[in-house]
Amino acid sequence: MSVINRKFHLRVNPVACDAFGYCAELAPELVTLDEWGYPVIADHPIPPQLFDVVQRAVRECPRQALFVQEHRRRG
Amino acid sequence: MATHGPPPLPGRGMRGWADGLVQSVRSAGLTGRGGGGFPTAAKLDALRSGGGRPLLAINAMEGEPASRKDRVLLATASHLVLDGAQLLAAAVGAKEIVVCVADDRPDSARAAAAAVAERDRIGLGHPPVRVVRPPGRYVTGEESALVAWLAGGPAHPQFRASKGVPLTIRRRPVLVHSAETLAHVALIARYGPAWFRSAGTADAPGTCLVTVSGPVAHPGVCEVELGTSVSAIFDHAGVTAPIGAVLVGGYGGTWVRSGLLDTPYAPKPLAAVGASVGAGVLAALPASSCGLAETARVATYMANESAGQCGPCVFGLHAVAEDLVRLARGDVDSRLEARLRARLDSIEGRGACRHPDGVVRFVRSALEVFARDVVDHGRHRPCAGWMGPPVLPVTPASTAAVAGWR
Repeated sequence: MSVINRKFHLRVNPVACDAFGYCAELAPELVTLDEWGYPVIADHPIPPQLFDVVQRAVRECPRQALFVQEHRRRG
Repeated sequence: MATHGPPPLPGRGMRGWADGLVQSVRSAGLTGRGGGGFPTAAKLDALRSGGGRPLLAINAMEGEPASRKDRVLLATASHLVLDGAQLLAAAVGAKEIVVCVADDRPDSARAAAAAVAERDRIGLGHPPVRVVRPPGRYVTGEESALVAWLAGGPAHPQFRASKGVPLTIRRRPVLVHSAETLAHVALIARYGPAWFRSAGTADAPGTCLVTVSGPVAHPGVCEVELGTSVSAIFDHAGVTAPIGAVLVGGYGGTWVRSGLLDTPYAPKPLAAVGASVGAGVLAALPASSCGLAETARVATYMANESAGQCGPCVFGLHAVAEDLVRLARGDVDSRLEARLRARLDSIEGRGACRHPDGVVRFVRSALEVFARDVVDHGRHRPCAGWMGPPVLPVTPASTAAVAGWR
């Protein structure tokens, strides 16, 4: 599999998340907040131009609730 | 034991016995009867390839208020459940079995303990079986919550980054099977996959336990062949009043309108009408009752049963339940339905477990099946259903709050 076809998704551990909301400020392209302040993350993969932004959001989360996961097809 | 004789456990030097048992379960096409419907043999394969001495947990928690099948199984066929557990324990090399019975079910725990003592006396005490009592809450029977409790923590569902991650306690794998699944294993081991497949359909072989309730002469648990029509199951229970709709699966299931009751009770045909077997619940709502009032009560109960870990579940379910209570009372503003639907969309898929998703599915089905009632309530028509007694059983929030998670 070539690197170019790999798909990475931003995800949140909802148990760890405490609605600080930094992620939505740092990566508004991928994260919006619901009416209670918890992150709603875009379904689509992280566009390569946002890798740096995402890395920062993951690092800055006070609860360390964000992570990046590679999406693998079954089989 | 008197009915079926001793379980066909492996003797000394029976090489290939474990493969044979797993192969029988596979050929039988047995799927988990606890709600997930996952092929039982595949679960065993995954565990056997992993190595390590697993703990086998029998899930008889039955947090679903409308279900009674675990209670009936432990009261009437506890040896069959324990046979199935010991057979699978032998197949996967488990050294210990635990029977998980909720702490608010003393009768079931006593029945299980009595059966275990009886087996010890007749030399069926290997591997050893313990009856354990996790807290009786709606979600504590969820696999990962049960494992969290067995590991010594609160019975909270665990977040798993991918669902394929096996459940472990200090790196020891845990195999969780529902009581009903194990009873089927015990019978497949004795009578073979062809016998098992002689009931049910090619797609959905075997029988399953269903808890029937509502306006029927004989409510309770019955064993039905998969593929039996829902209406035939109700005919058998003796319908005593017109049915408005049926709740299929349980409180995380779906309302199905009475016009669709010819649907065969099996995963694929039920999926075609948006439903699933789930916890094996068929709860009929009398045509004279208000579906929205029932839905509001159940949604409130489900909100109170959140483990309190994930924001979308903690805040979202209460918000949804409040919207539904307003709707049921006829206290409706012009934006209520749109707001409720947006909240359902927002909550879906965002919890560590499927508790919030179950509520979303249940409420969406209510808005569809009781669409006319939604319009009527919106016109501020007084609804007698909200004032009357509930049809579907719900535990008061005050009782739930007292029961802890450990």
